[in-house]
Amino acid sequence: MNTLFGEKKAKAERLVFKSVDEYPEVPLTLGTTLVNFTGDWRTFIPVIDESKCIKCYICWKFCPEPSIYIKEDGYVAVDYDYCKGCGICANECPTKAITMVREEK
Amino acid sequence: MPKKVVSGNYAAAYAAKHARVEVVAAYPITPQTSIIEKIAEFIANGEANIQYVPVESEHSAMAACIGASAAGARAFTATSAQGLALMHEMLHWASGARLPIVMVDVNRAMAPPWSVWDDQTDSLAQRDTGWMQFYAENNQEVYDGVLMAFKVAEHRKVNLPVMIIESAFILSHTYDIVDMPPQEEIDEFLPPREPLYTLTDFDNPIAVGALATPADYYEFRYKIEKAMEEARKVIKEVGKEFGERFGRDYSQMIELYKTEDAEFVFMGMGSLMGTVKEAVDLLRKEGYKVGAAKVRWFRPFPKEELYELAKNVDGIAVLDRNFSFGQEGILFNEAKGVLYNTDAKPIMKNYIVGLGGRDFTVNDIRAIAKNMKEIIEKGKLDREIEWYHLKR
Repeated sequence: MNTLFGEKKAKAERLVFKSVDEYPEVPLTLGTTLVNFTGDWRTFIPVIDESKCIKCYICWKFCPEPSIYIKEDGYVAVDYDYCKGCGICANECPTKAITMVREEK
Repeated sequence: MPKKVVSGNYAAAYAAKHARVEVVAAYPITPQTSIIEKIAEFIANGEANIQYVPVESEHSAMAACIGASAAGARAFTATSAQGLALMHEMLHWASGARLPIVMVDVNRAMAPPWSVWDDQTDSLAQRDTGWMQFYAENNQEVYDGVLMAFKVAEHRKVNLPVMIIESAFILSHTYDIVDMPPQEEIDEFLPPREPLYTLTDFDNPIAVGALATPADYYEFRYKIEKAMEEARKVIKEVGKEFGERFGRDYSQMIELYKTEDAEFVFMGMGSLMGTVKEAVDLLRKEGYKVGAAKVRWFRPFPKEELYELAKNVDGIAVLDRNFSFGQEGILFNEAKGVLYNTDAKPIMKNYIVGLGGRDFTVNDIRAIAKNMKEIIEKGKLDREIEWYHLKR
C-alpha cells in the first residue's frame, strides 16, 4: 500500500454514532485524518516528472500538509487524499520536476 | 474541630490546600490576590505539594488549568471581574472538555467606571458557559464550598467545572471564624480524583477538543445538560454527606430561613443574605411574617425548590446585586422564567441593590419589607423593577 499512511489508512473506519447513548461522554478523538480526506478542496494538482527528479526531497520538506511521501524506490509521490494543491512543492522544486495542472472533476 | 480566624480569601486558600489540589495556575487581581498569595506561601513553606504555574493572564491561567486537568490533575484557580471576563473563552473549553476544575471568583463590579467592590454581574455574565455556580454567604461557606465543589465536579456522572463565588471585601478581606476539619477526615470525604480520561495515557493517545461536524456537535451539548441534571442530585447527596461528616448541611440548593409561615420572602444570593437573615429576625419582632430564601446554587438552577417555595408564599422580593442591561436583575429574570409554566404565581418584585459595593443594610431591608407588604395588600405591583438606592 503505497500511500502516506499505508495500510492503516486502508483499514480505518469512520466513527458513526446512531443514538446519543452511543456517543462518548467527552468529545475526544471523534475523527482522524485517516478517514477525513481534505484533498478535494484543491483546484490544481501537482504532477511529478520522475525523469527530472533528483531525489533532493526539498518538496517533501516544504509540503505544509504534509502529503508528500518517499516511495521505496526513493522517488517522491503525492497522496492526493490530502494534497490541497497549494503549489509550494512546484515552486520550490530546483529542477522544475513538479507541474501544477488544473484538475478536472 | 479546629477553628481558624481567617478572611474569605484565606478560607479559599486553606480549602484548596486541604482538597489536596495538585496544580494552581493563577494571575493576581484585586480582590482575589490574597487567595493565590496564601497558596504560594503554603508551597514556599513546604506545607503543600502543589505545582504553581505563574501565568501572564487569566486566559492563560484557565488554559493551564485545563491542560493540568486533562492530564488528570486536580486543578484550582481564582479570579475576579475583568480577569473572569478575560477567561471567558477558556471557560467554555473547560466545560466542553468535561474537566472538573474548581475556581473561586471574588465578585467584583465590572468596569468602567473602575471599581473593586462587590457586585455579582461578573460571575452571572458567565452563566451560559457550562460551569456550576455556588454563591457563598460567609467565609465558612467559601471553605466548605471549595471542598464540596471538587467532590461534585469530579463525580463520575458530572465532570463539569465549578465556580465558588464570594463577595469582594465583605467576605474576601473580612476575618471570621472558620471550622476546618482534620486533614484525614477531609481525605475520607474527598478521595483522589479518578479522571474520565487522561492525556498521560501514552498507549492510548487522544485528541481533546476534537472537531465535531453538525452531525455530532448537538449530542455533546445534550450530554452537558444531562450532566447538569445529574449534578442537581449529586449536589444534594454531597451536601447531605458533608452535613453528616462535618455538621453543616448543604443538602438544600436554596437555603430557607423562617419561610414556613411567611407571607413573603426575600430571595437573593451571596453575602447580602446574611444581612437579610438578621433583618428577618428583627422584622418578625415588628410583626412582619417574612422569611429568607438564599439561592446557593445558581447553576444548575434549583427549579423544584423554587417552585416548592413559590407555591406557599404571596410574594417574593428578589434582591439582585447585578443587572442585565435592557432586561432586569438576573436572578429575578430566571426565577420568573422557572415559575411561568407552573401554578405558583406569587407577586414578584425586583430590587436592584448594592451594585458596585453600595452598602445594603437592615434598614434598607425594612423599607423593602414595608413596600412588599403594601404591594401584597393591594394585590398589584407598583413597579416591577426598583432601583432601590437611586439618588432622586
